[in-house]
Amino acid sequence: MLELVIFSTLNGVLYGMLLFLLASGLTLIFSMMGVLNFAHASFYMLGAYFGFQLSQWLNFWTALIVAPVLVGLIGAGVERWGLRTVHKWGHVAELLFTFGLAFVIEELVQMVWGKLPVDYRVPPLLDFPAFELFGTTYPAFRMFMLLISVAIFLVLLMVLTRSRIGLIIQAALSHPNMVAMLGHNVPKVFMLVFGCGCGLAAIAGVIAGPALVTQPSMAHVLGPILFVVVVFGGLGSLPGAFIASLLIGLIQTFAIAINYSLGDALASLGMARPLQGVLSDLWQVTVAQIGPVVPYLMLVLILVFRPTGLMGTRES
Amino acid sequence: MPTRRYGTGLAVAALAAGLGLAAPAMAQVKIAFIDPLSGAMAPIGEHGVKHFQYMIDKINAKGGVNGQKMELITFDNKLSPQETVIAAQKAIDAGARILTLGNGSGAAAAMIDFVNKHNDRNPGKEVVYLNYAAVDPAFTNDKCSYWHFRWDAHSDIKMQALTSYMKGKPGIKKVYLINQDYSFGHAVRKAANEMVKAKRPDVQIVGDELHPLAKITDFAPYVAKIKASGADSVITGNWGSDIALLLKAAADANLQVDWYTYYAGGAGGPTAIKQTGLKDRVFQITEGHANVNTPENHAWEQDFRKKSAGQGWWYPRVRNEMEMLAKAMNEAKSNNPKVFAEKLRGMKYKLIYGTEAYMRAEDHQFFQDMYISNLTPLAGDMKFDEENTGWGWRTAAKIPMGNTDVPTTCKMAKPS
Amino acid sequence: MAITTMTKPASLPLDLAKRYGIWILAAAVMIVLPKIFTSGAALTTMCLMGIMIVFSLSYNMLLGQTGMLSFGHAVYYGLGGFLAVHAMNTIAADRLPIPLPLLPLAGGAMGLLFGIIFGAVSTRRAGTVFAMISLGLGELIASLSLILRGFFGGEEGITANRTKMLTLFGVRFGPQIEVYYLIAAWCFVCIIAMFAFTRTPLGRMCNAVRENPERAEFVGYSTQMVRFIAFCIAGFFAGIAGGLAAINFELMNAVNISGAQSGVVLLMAYIGGVGHFFGPIMGAVLVTLLQVMLSDITGAWMLYFGLIFIMMVMFAPGGMAGLIMLHLPLWQRGTLLRVLPHYAVMAVPCAMGLAGLVLLIEAAHHQLVKAASDGPAMKLAGFAFASNAAPPWIVAAALLGAGLWLGRRWAPRLTAAFAEAAR
Repeated sequence: MLELVIFSTLNGVLYGMLLFLLASGLTLIFSMMGVLNFAHASFYMLGAYFGFQLSQWLNFWTALIVAPVLVGLIGAGVERWGLRTVHKWGHVAELLFTFGLAFVIEELVQMVWGKLPVDYRVPPLLDFPAFELFGTTYPAFRMFMLLISVAIFLVLLMVLTRSRIGLIIQAALSHPNMVAMLGHNVPKVFMLVFGCGCGLAAIAGVIAGPALVTQPSMAHVLGPILFVVVVFGGLGSLPGAFIASLLIGLIQTFAIAINYSLGDALASLGMARPLQGVLSDLWQVTVAQIGPVVPYLMLVLILVFRPTGLMGTRES
Repeated sequence: MPTRRYGTGLAVAALAAGLGLAAPAMAQVKIAFIDPLSGAMAPIGEHGVKHFQYMIDKINAKGGVNGQKMELITFDNKLSPQETVIAAQKAIDAGARILTLGNGSGAAAAMIDFVNKHNDRNPGKEVVYLNYAAVDPAFTNDKCSYWHFRWDAHSDIKMQALTSYMKGKPGIKKVYLINQDYSFGHAVRKAANEMVKAKRPDVQIVGDELHPLAKITDFAPYVAKIKASGADSVITGNWGSDIALLLKAAADANLQVDWYTYYAGGAGGPTAIKQTGLKDRVFQITEGHANVNTPENHAWEQDFRKKSAGQGWWYPRVRNEMEMLAKAMNEAKSNNPKVFAEKLRGMKYKLIYGTEAYMRAEDHQFFQDMYISNLTPLAGDMKFDEENTGWGWRTAAKIPMGNTDVPTTCKMAKPS
Repeated sequence: MAITTMTKPASLPLDLAKRYGIWILAAAVMIVLPKIFTSGAALTTMCLMGIMIVFSLSYNMLLGQTGMLSFGHAVYYGLGGFLAVHAMNTIAADRLPIPLPLLPLAGGAMGLLFGIIFGAVSTRRAGTVFAMISLGLGELIASLSLILRGFFGGEEGITANRTKMLTLFGVRFGPQIEVYYLIAAWCFVCIIAMFAFTRTPLGRMCNAVRENPERAEFVGYSTQMVRFIAFCIAGFFAGIAGGLAAINFELMNAVNISGAQSGVVLLMAYIGGVGHFFGPIMGAVLVTLLQVMLSDITGAWMLYFGLIFIMMVMFAPGGMAGLIMLHLPLWQRGTLLRVLPHYAVMAVPCAMGLAGLVLLIEAAHHQLVKAASDGPAMKLAGFAFASNAAPPWIVAAALLGAGLWLGRRWAPRLTAAFAEAAR
């Protein structure tokens, strides 16, 4: 049991950090520009594929640097020549633009790299078990992923709180109009933030690609959950997104570890489980099956009772 | 109606058009292939197209059926039941009366339902559904239909074969079940629970997991659970990315168990197994594979691989389906499903592996020997590898047809 | 819809024709269509269009009329459909004296019920909070649909047989053509009902809530209440659309309730144009057509799908309806004919650019996806060529480049002509 707890915690934190890498960019984009970027997970996928291709041509370490830069440039380009045009038509138009973009990116990825998962491997340098506990090994690469994401979190925090551009971004988060009035080039800041956000997603892609599977549907799977993280954490709040990521990572991982159904709970209270009716399935469902539903339940509940999210200060 | 034609199909069509100028135009027997041709499952659908095109070329080379050539028309159902219904309608519009579909029990169930209603409402225009891969047992039990024939062994038959094999393996003590949370996964889980208990009462089922279909990105938590349970074997019906990711997570955590799978051989599977180094530990249960040792099989495999850029002949059942179809049509001297379906029922057929198989008349389920094989580096008389990995399937056991004879609850209503 | 102001009527029939002409025309078109497109697939597609028209119009009650962006509208469509399927089975099993044509009402009731339940939770706020709650609820119900197998039937869904119900006047609704007319009738009624709603004071209040919630409050209306009512009515019509889908397919499954379905209806409404009542109708027709046909024509249909939407969003933010309405002033002034030659001229670079783009995509698709197994020989619009040779690529690039260049050069002339005509 102890091993299950330890490994579930590790896996949960890792998944949470991965979510955070994606959500950190999205939360900045969403809170500053109001853009519900449905293509954000697609940039994560692009990162994974670029990482794969570059590590084939060169090596993983170069890919880790170059792929996010490339994806960041693409992201900045999308903002400059796509979103900025659409911006004047309102948020729904921007959202639909990213909707279409997600389609296009997925199909292009399928055309170039095929529909099957690609053979993206862990670099040999990190291809060994980091430690062994109760006979289960934990791969070094996962420790590396954890390290990278924590490092990025720290860097991001430093940049946002200590640097000048960070301060402008923070100001733009809460008072976008005021920042523009002060004479800052808000479109340029937007482009920078969008590019960097995409770059961050791409870093997540490059390091998640070998550990998970690099395939065209990888964007789909993560898409909606990112919005949960961003909104749950609260608009404009990086710490909020951080907490929400970890929370959702841990909840989803631990839910899997628990084999317990509502019916079991009733049985332990000495009540018979209802077997009739359309809802009878509800009693058979285990916590593990409910796991994927929990984040959405959390989203609805927090928005109903605290529309600003966990640590946010504004609603939209 | 514009339809997609594939490669050789195009060439054949062009050739046929050329010949058509010289000879009087010949009516074509249209076979409609409906499967996912876009999205995540597209590789499986597209490789299916190649199988059918290969078979149709072969049948046409021998003179076709009843003096007419066969033609393949393909439709993308995007794996959705409702798109399947639309695609079937389009196929019938295009003149097809033979429909074939494999992937997805949801789509297959919709197809059976559609064909039943269509034939009921359009007497004289009956169509028939030939199922080459949807393995929900219900299709030849509770939902059985006169207009549906299945060439793949359904999941209970496969489990019967698998548990027969496990019976002779005293090393198996603790089994863990992990399946996808939908009808097929449920069927596998139910059959495994019943049959393992019946055949090996001493074996303990230490886990019975269901996970969401095609939504899990990281199986590490599940693997941690398998590890904690102390299982020595895992039974899974997972396919697609769910099997590849599961095996990958297991290799990462150094999980030492035997894997008894239905679809480890699917697109991307062998690559994942090779990548994770699970030599000799991943078993699959199929109706045949590339390295079954008969000269006919080797010749067939060689010829097909030459024509499909090295990809293997995944579906021996497509060969069975199309050869039996042609035979039934020729014997009935008719291309009308209502007439030749009668010939298909109970038809006996000699497999390329030399043994006999048959289409059971009571439920339209095909029965044949089953093969349990594991993926291992090429050695000895193994000739073919998978996905250029250098690893191929090696027969671990052949389960004779008699051992997989599961009863059916089908009460087939014969059309008047 | 064209609104005719009551001027001095020349004669009563003419006035009636002017006022209701558009509706009579719509009804006539609906009746005649299956006589023109007789194939089974066309009929199926038209049935689907009818369903989607109702669905997308109900969605536009939220987005276009009240300014609420929902990511979970398929919940009401799906739940309505599921209830209708169950109702069909129950009615057939118990031989209840309820005819099939009334069934969409059951779906509507279900949509209304859940509209009330979820509306109470979600309509308290507008804007992003509402959008996100709708996303959460949508995903929640979609996930639950795979867990509660009794009601939703898992991946396979629930099937029913529409012909097993009470027959009225000998109509069994077996053949698709009978179902078409049933759907067309419902579609027609729903369009009229939803159009009528936009003319009611409440419908006008919805617009006020969209435009300026504060002022709407000042006038004395509770914006929350207006949102809630609009939400419930939208749920009702979505439920009717679901009920029609249940009758048409005789099958409901988890896909119908998923986020993807919610995304599709958003696309339909937006592409058609949310600013005008008839926009979503056009959007529903176009998107359904693309969904059904595009995947038969090309392997890269997802790419075209995405590109079409990006183009529409970038260059026609008002949707198709917006584009048409742009020309209304010209029509009224009688100056429309003056710009037509300029359109004709512009059509040349547009066609060139489009042809170049299609050739580029198709050649790339063939070369990357199919050439490895099928060889480089391919065919496009009757031309045969090899995707690994230079000529098609050069032609594609030349067409695309020339199209873009000429388009950019000639565009100002068109803009000037348009401005001139509109002045």
